[in-house]
Amino acid sequence: MSRLDIAIWLVFRRELTLAWRRRADIVVPWVFFAIVVSLFPLAIGPEPQTLRTIGPGVVWVGALLATMLSLGHIFDTDYADGSLEQLALAPHPLSLLVLAKVAAHWVLAGLPLVLIAPLLAVQLQMDIASLDVLVASLLLGTPVMILIGSVGAALTLGLRGGGVLVSLLVLPLYTPVLIFGASAAMSATQGTSAEMQLSLLGAFLALSLTFAPWASAAALRISLD
Amino acid sequence: MLSVHNLACRRGDRVLFEHLEFTLEPGQLLHLTGRNGSGKTTLLRTLCGLTLPHEGSVHWQGEDIRELGDEFRAELTYVGHPNAIHGELTPEENLFYATGLARRPERARIAEALERVGLAPQRYLASKLLSQGQRRRVALARLLILESPLWLLDEPFNALDRETAEQMGAVVARHVEAQGLVIVTSHTALPVGRESVRELPLEAPE
Amino acid sequence: MREYASPKLFYPLAGRLIPWLAAITAILMAWGLYLGLFDSPPDYQQGESVRIMYVHVPSAWMSMFVYVSMAAAGGAALVWKTKVSEMAASASAPIGASFTLLALVTGSLWGKPMWGTYWAWDARMTSELILFFLYLGYMALEASIDDPRRAARATAVLALVGVVNIPIIHFSVDWWNTLHQPASIGALNRLGKPTIAPSMLHPLLLMGLAYTFFYFTMLLVRIRNQILVRERNATWLAEALKEGR
Repeated sequence: MSRLDIAIWLVFRRELTLAWRRRADIVVPWVFFAIVVSLFPLAIGPEPQTLRTIGPGVVWVGALLATMLSLGHIFDTDYADGSLEQLALAPHPLSLLVLAKVAAHWVLAGLPLVLIAPLLAVQLQMDIASLDVLVASLLLGTPVMILIGSVGAALTLGLRGGGVLVSLLVLPLYTPVLIFGASAAMSATQGTSAEMQLSLLGAFLALSLTFAPWASAAALRISLD
Repeated sequence: MLSVHNLACRRGDRVLFEHLEFTLEPGQLLHLTGRNGSGKTTLLRTLCGLTLPHEGSVHWQGEDIRELGDEFRAELTYVGHPNAIHGELTPEENLFYATGLARRPERARIAEALERVGLAPQRYLASKLLSQGQRRRVALARLLILESPLWLLDEPFNALDRETAEQMGAVVARHVEAQGLVIVTSHTALPVGRESVRELPLEAPE
Repeated sequence: MREYASPKLFYPLAGRLIPWLAAITAILMAWGLYLGLFDSPPDYQQGESVRIMYVHVPSAWMSMFVYVSMAAAGGAALVWKTKVSEMAASASAPIGASFTLLALVTGSLWGKPMWGTYWAWDARMTSELILFFLYLGYMALEASIDDPRRAARATAVLALVGVVNIPIIHFSVDWWNTLHQPASIGALNRLGKPTIAPSMLHPLLLMGLAYTFFYFTMLLVRIRNQILVRERNATWLAEALKEGR
């Protein structure tokens, strides 16, 4: 039997290799993020003070929607080509293999959003000094959203509803992350401390890392039945 | 040794099979036959633990597979209808990642397996460029690399031409001779010797 | 007790209980409504419009109670694979969603005389709205899965994930509200503090009890309906129907 750490590393590596070979697909959520954020000035007008006020919230909502859009990529292709059931048949805890997949997915769909966010924040006239908190909040928040989202994706494998159904399931569960993430970014623009919000986001991350892979694995077994 | 007690599976309202009981010893091959939709695939998936039965249990070496979990899965290789092959990876890479989950991956073994299924020239081609039959051979190559005792094969010789099907049949036969256990579903006659074959026809109960 | 988790025994038992539960519901509801709408005193601040509270607050209580029951039934279905637990979870969802919708509508109607607006994004109502979305998600998931067993198991996982998240959502929305709302909008939140007069508390509790019995009554009725559908091929059911049970 191969060692667990080797298996986890292989799953992680395979995801990244596959993503590299399907390069065009990965970029879509990043571009979506940028487009969604640009919609707001188009809709509300480019008045700098307004943009600065709504900036943190808009960046966060954009990141949330882009993350949600990418959730289908986690399991759908593997489900279709049969590799997901092979993963379920591996002699290792499925929750840890799923964690490897989710981690790879975050590197591809979450981390880039964190890196693009400062550019979009500047577009929205946000203060440069507040950008580090914005990045920190997204760095903590995007993995939480992907972890929770993976449970939704696992529950809806192969169903007619598709992406919209996952959104309906998962959006209510995103509200705490959104509230504290956007608040952290906003506190920074107002010059107040965002320590409490960031600590809470950290707590959310710890909680989701502990429970979400396990829930996703259970959901996958139910969907594969 | 695989044994099955009072196994029942349903699909919605329809009972696929019930009160199923059998034992498979090393060196035996079980051939599941029946029309499409008679539950062959469901039975195979229930035997490897992917599908939960509605009633009954499956035992490996006397213990319930639900208790054994990972230990049981380490002893089996399942080749289902889909090949579980990623089109963007080469056969070599596909096998590297696939078998690496169950057994420490060794490139030499993978190369040898690809040789034996006749895919050595295609080793470094993206799998989406291979034909259906070639992709099926990559899927079956996993059996040669992992060499688990229990093989669960769903229509393994689909999409293979007669010559290759016979070659793969010989591989299966050799595994049975070496005291392996094999459960196969197939519409068609198996290109395997008759001696250790047991038939289990699955017909939906009235 | 565990035997009653099988539809065969549950069906006649539920059939016998339903008339009693319905009667209790009717009595409690009539009594509670009389006290609340007529007998209890008007509020010193809000006047007669406070009476919406007797419909609204118990509704909000029930929206939470039903969700927790739904998650518990789902959990039981996952662990013990009992059919009646599956049906109880599935049957509870529309009832809970209706209570949530009732809470939202009555809360909104209450908001107009109190705050001058139908929707003030206060903590309780916002949490209630998110709960409504959670119910809708549950029902949408159930509707998209054809296989009843997969549907039961998947919705159970979803309900359990939801039930764990609800306290976190409440806490977050509460915090968000104190951050953004001026302190004057505290009228509704007054109910959280133990200063409510007994003459108002009694009808409130009565209505809460009435709603609970309503839930139990409707739950049993809906479970029986589900048994009729899912067990329609079972011989015991044909006999039970013939005997008029």
